[in-house]
Amino acid sequence: MSWMHSPEPRRLSRLHDWLRTEAPTSRRHARIASLYHGWLSFRSNSLAMFGLAILIIMGLIAIFAPVLAPHDPFIQELGNRLQPLGAEGHLLGTDSLGRDILSRLIYGSRITLYIVILVALIAPVVGLFMGTVAGYAGGWTDTILMRITDIFLAFPRLVLALAFVAALGAGIENAVIAISLTAWPPYARIARAETLSIRRSDYISAVKLQGAGPLRIITRHIWPLCISSLIVRVTLDMAGIILAAAGLGFLGLGAQPPSPEWGAMISEGRKFILDHWWVATIPGLAIFMVSLAFNLLGDGLRDVLDPKDDT
Amino acid sequence: MSLLTVDNLWVKFPTRNGIFDAVRGVSFSLDRERLGIVGESGSGKSMTGRAILRLIRKPGEVTANHIMLDGKDLMQLKEREMRKIRGQHISMVMQDPKFSLNPVMTVGAQIMEAYSLHAKATALETKQKTLEMLEAVSIRDPERVFRAYPHEMSGGMGQRIMIAMMLIPNPKILIADEPTSALDVSVQTQVLGIIDKLVQQRGMGLIFISHDLNLVSAFCDRVLIMYAGRIVEICDADKLHEAQHPYTQGLLKSLPRLDAPARRLEVLKRDPAWRDAESVSGIK
Amino acid sequence: MTGINIDKLNVWFGDGIDRVDAVREATVKVSKGESFGLVGESGSGKSTILRALTGLVPTWSGSMEAAGETLGKKRSRHFYKKVQMVFQDPYASLHPRHPVDQVLSETLRLHGFTNIDARISKLLDEVGLGQSFRFRYPHQLSGGQRQRVAIARALAPQPEILLLDEPTSALDVSVQAEILNLLTDLQTEHGLTYLMVSHDLAVVGHICSRIAVMQQGRIVEIMSIEEMRALQPKHPYSKHLLEASLGYKRQPVSD
Repeated sequence: MSWMHSPEPRRLSRLHDWLRTEAPTSRRHARIASLYHGWLSFRSNSLAMFGLAILIIMGLIAIFAPVLAPHDPFIQELGNRLQPLGAEGHLLGTDSLGRDILSRLIYGSRITLYIVILVALIAPVVGLFMGTVAGYAGGWTDTILMRITDIFLAFPRLVLALAFVAALGAGIENAVIAISLTAWPPYARIARAETLSIRRSDYISAVKLQGAGPLRIITRHIWPLCISSLIVRVTLDMAGIILAAAGLGFLGLGAQPPSPEWGAMISEGRKFILDHWWVATIPGLAIFMVSLAFNLLGDGLRDVLDPKDDT
Repeated sequence: MSLLTVDNLWVKFPTRNGIFDAVRGVSFSLDRERLGIVGESGSGKSMTGRAILRLIRKPGEVTANHIMLDGKDLMQLKEREMRKIRGQHISMVMQDPKFSLNPVMTVGAQIMEAYSLHAKATALETKQKTLEMLEAVSIRDPERVFRAYPHEMSGGMGQRIMIAMMLIPNPKILIADEPTSALDVSVQTQVLGIIDKLVQQRGMGLIFISHDLNLVSAFCDRVLIMYAGRIVEICDADKLHEAQHPYTQGLLKSLPRLDAPARRLEVLKRDPAWRDAESVSGIK
Repeated sequence: MTGINIDKLNVWFGDGIDRVDAVREATVKVSKGESFGLVGESGSGKSTILRALTGLVPTWSGSMEAAGETLGKKRSRHFYKKVQMVFQDPYASLHPRHPVDQVLSETLRLHGFTNIDARISKLLDEVGLGQSFRFRYPHQLSGGQRQRVAIARALAPQPEILLLDEPTSALDVSVQAEILNLLTDLQTEHGLTYLMVSHDLAVVGHICSRIAVMQQGRIVEIMSIEEMRALQPKHPYSKHLLEASLGYKRQPVSD
């Protein structure tokens, strides 16, 4: 579109009017206008925008890692071990095997992103399914599904990860599976609670009176309403998921050496924390920043997606 | 000599699309009479009531030339001084007792609290006063109600308890914001009767806010009709059917009537000029 | 015989000690094309009768017939085509994330209609909403507009019977007049049968030709509108309700 270059003011204001209209002219128009409206609301929250900015930067770093990283993250230079911050050629120093910390941090962002995306795709989806079916069906289905949920909720994450490692071997994928399996129950609970209250609404009664069956009601009527609270919850849980992955990496149960996973980096730097504090602290700061960013994003999303209606 | 005089009241709310004026230049005075404020949703009638009690918080903005009560300008008072006014000089009864009574305190405790905020008395005296007040609102078993919780009460009882709580400090003015809208029709009559009796006995001034034109014209002495934040007409309650303003006439004609069957109801045609006209002053 | 036939209907919730009888031995016959009102205060069971007709209550006994079909535990496709309902709260009867177009197209699709676009346009015109409302979300509509959409949704399957549950009690007075006129017009045009629940006698008096007065789950009296207007109710409760609806009468303070 030509508004990518310097636009004529008239064309920009027409787009603006199109987006802000109260009378959309097609389904696509209505959806886009409503997304734009949500964006404007989100934009007014500066902390949330800060969180979003950090996450976008992290995403870009992960994508352009080969271009941005000054060194290969795996090359060891044993003569150059434990260089401090600002050492020549190594902005953030080197670790115990002489590898450049900055490059490892940059490549590690890919792993963090990989874990976060996988868990965010698996856990809420499973939880949504279980929760809405349980909430809508009620009776025995509800009881059985919820007790299954309780069983998974009772599993301590680390124990499950150990079990997986014992069974399938250590590795990032198994860590992701272990985290997802313990992360989905709260989403099921949320989805079920929402379903229970939505189920009694007039609009659900109305569509039942049109002859709609449970599949249509659950997928087209209940899911759209649950999704916003799940999205908010996922972003707020991201911090915990990153820390869980880091914890597993720290214990050697997740990403295996020489993988530059941030948790594993902290583990390797543990021994040197007194004299060479940066080796463990820098990846820790990275985890902190990303977790904080997700939290801020989640708060901002909650204000947009779950506004309190003033009629 | 008026109990209350409101002069040029404005209530504004900032929104994403600019400033929304909920109340625009409303002026009226209240004697020892019953003043009805009638309007549809969005007319600003409830906001007017809340603005008088200074219950509107930021980002809402309330401005007025003055709101005179007993020689004091309420607009000039600090929050601490305003708290002495609320309850003791002006009280407000709201629509749904489900939402305005504290669900975790007994009825007796709440009414006693309302009394002790404004009077120095021993616990025994307070309890005595509370029981008297419950009897005054026609509650037949005041001891039992005293010990009960709000959720155990029906809507009509809850509203009577609300009235007891609001009138126990003996205010001069009562603002009733849709006090019977959430009640069944036969209970409405009872509750209105109680308000009627107490207001007359105590020589109070009453501001009755409602959307029900017929109810207000039967219950009140004078009626202010609000539209889009302004007062469009003022008349005596018994002369409502001779109303001049097209909005009032339109409202009256669009009501279905038991005694006057019609095939179709007249639909109100809104004239944009009504929105822009100056607010009629109700100051006597 | 089409129309509605309810015979000795009992509806209850819970059992044993917790049982609450919402409707007791209710018998009502509504002829085709008639407008029948159910009036009463809260807890009288009037809305429960509507829900029993639509199959939204689990425990009932007695017999119900509507649109020529005897009603059992489940409702058939034929029933949903012939009997539709308009709910009380316009702010709760439309899905918050579905625009008007989706509400209507989904309804039409569920009933097996094909020329959906044309039908949606026609429905919007019939209820007095222009095409510009077609893609709005409910929060972009006023209360009256939402109620019109709800009526359009109810009309989509071309029903014979409309169940109206306090359709105007949540609306402003001026908007109420528009909706009542719309309901009157639609009835004339389509020969619909109305069963309307309301606590407002004036509204019922405007639309209906006969009413049943309910108190605590029982029908205490069935009368014609002329009898009601002439203030000739027979049952003391009907008298009491009528008097209370006529308005407040100020009395001088006695003590």
